[in-house]
Amino acid sequence: MAGYFEAAPDGGAAIALDEVEISILRSLAVQLLELIGPGPGEAHADDDPLAELFAEGPSKPPADPALARLFPSAYIDPEKEPDEEAERASGEFRRYTENDLRARKREDALAVVRCLDRLTPGGDGGAVLKVTEADAKRWLGALNDLRLTIGTRLEVDEDPESELYHLPDDDPRKPLMMAYLWLGGLQETLVETLLP
Amino acid sequence: MGVVSVAPVEIERTESSEAPFEVPSPDVPWVTLVHNDPVNLMSYVTYVFQAYFGYPKDKARRLMMDVHQKGRAAVSSGSREEMERDVQAMHGYGLWATLTQDR
Repeated sequence: MAGYFEAAPDGGAAIALDEVEISILRSLAVQLLELIGPGPGEAHADDDPLAELFAEGPSKPPADPALARLFPSAYIDPEKEPDEEAERASGEFRRYTENDLRARKREDALAVVRCLDRLTPGGDGGAVLKVTEADAKRWLGALNDLRLTIGTRLEVDEDPESELYHLPDDDPRKPLMMAYLWLGGLQETLVETLLP
Repeated sequence: MGVVSVAPVEIERTESSEAPFEVPSPDVPWVTLVHNDPVNLMSYVTYVFQAYFGYPKDKARRLMMDVHQKGRAAVSSGSREEMERDVQAMHGYGLWATLTQDR
């Protein structure tokens, strides 16, 4: 897993991916889509299409810690005790924004799946992925959401001595931690291609 | 008393002159705070501040370092509606942001 993004000469970015990497990325993006869930319109396709426009989002934070990290409470300061007003305002904000936010995150993850499905792998199953600048931004969002999700699941913290960096091979968290670190490398190199 | 009570505010603001955001005027008392988290990459956070707010690289980097080292940074200030927009955008990028009245 040594392939990293490089700036493409004609704009956008490119990366050589092998068969396993393509498969892991696709699988992670699909899992992210499943975690985020369908949009309001997808669940009830026969309903009045206008209803979707006015559909309100939830007013309570998600119970799943990874989703709660993807959709934070806008008025609850982590350094303060949440008061009633902060919770009320957060609920209100969530009702009007969370559906749009979910849609954006879904579109980012979908862009990753679509880009990977467009690849024409060579004889060894690998391919060079080229993304436009617009797709690169979506990839950046999806890679970040994936890292947030996995990081929350693994309870990653800022301790450089964390046991997570020294997991034995038989630890069930090891594959996910390796994916987390790999995604970090992908994101880091993709950001670099976008910085002016 | 009016004059006296203003003084500590002035002093506080002078002390936090390192804070890399414009001091909000009394009629725009809301700020967007971005909080530190162990996952977001320093380069990505800097990129977001440049891409969304249009901040120059130096300012974006300084704000990112504040988030990283002090645990939070006020990245924009304005009306409540404007800050809700900024917070929503930050959540879109996956940054942990909240808005608060800058008292």
